[in-house]
Amino acid sequence: MKTTICLLVVVATNTAGNLLLGYGMRQVGSIASWSPLELAVSAVRAMANPYVAGGVALLIVFFLAHMIALSRADLSYVLPVTSGGYILVALLGWGLLGETVRPARWIGIAVIVAGMTLVARTPASTVAGRAR
Amino acid sequence: MRFFLLALVVGGAVVGDLLKTLAIRQHAAVEDFRPGALGRRLGLAFRTRRLWLSLAAYALSFFAFLGLLSVAEVSFAVPATAASYAIETALAKWILGETVSRQRWAGAGVVAAGVALISV
Repeated sequence: MKTTICLLVVVATNTAGNLLLGYGMRQVGSIASWSPLELAVSAVRAMANPYVAGGVALLIVFFLAHMIALSRADLSYVLPVTSGGYILVALLGWGLLGETVRPARWIGIAVIVAGMTLVARTPASTVAGRAR
Repeated sequence: MRFFLLALVVGGAVVGDLLKTLAIRQHAAVEDFRPGALGRRLGLAFRTRRLWLSLAAYALSFFAFLGLLSVAEVSFAVPATAASYAIETALAKWILGETVSRQRWAGAGVVAAGVALISV
């Protein structure tokens, strides 16, 4: 149960963090130069945007939750099971932003769900001494 | 150029995940979720070189991905990175000693195919 909650936090924070970051970066504008100084200035400017700052905060939570999940479950289990983020992004884009989802994308979502279900039906941890 | 960048994207993500897993597994699985205990447990992982190397690998993967997007279409970049599912599953078996059953292999392959399909 605890592992499942960790995995849900991983998916939710990764998806929400990336969406906020993407939304914020569109407000900040594209990076003009790739020189280290310009990059640092752009990073500071981007962090002043509340959406970017919120996105970064959520991605830090994602990183920590992912670590906890990997301490309790196999990497070969966590990786496919947390691919639900791809589905969440497509559904949020469709439901909230009114984006058109092409048939190939719906098929892709169904295929990901099928793969996740297959992996989720295997034991979460196969390494001795790890939580199940 | 784009295949070199793709190799950096996938390689960085794979190495990052493996090093992060090795870092957190140097100690027992996280069982105590009270904030203090959780902070101490995660702090142990942050004191390992592996975790900082994993962050460097993720950073390399991220910047290579930005570079890849500047020379290739998203419809090439995202499906191609789905290769990391197969590579990580194989390395989880060989390096981390995980038991990867046929069902798990099939599931990882199906998810990779779905990720490729969703972004073409």
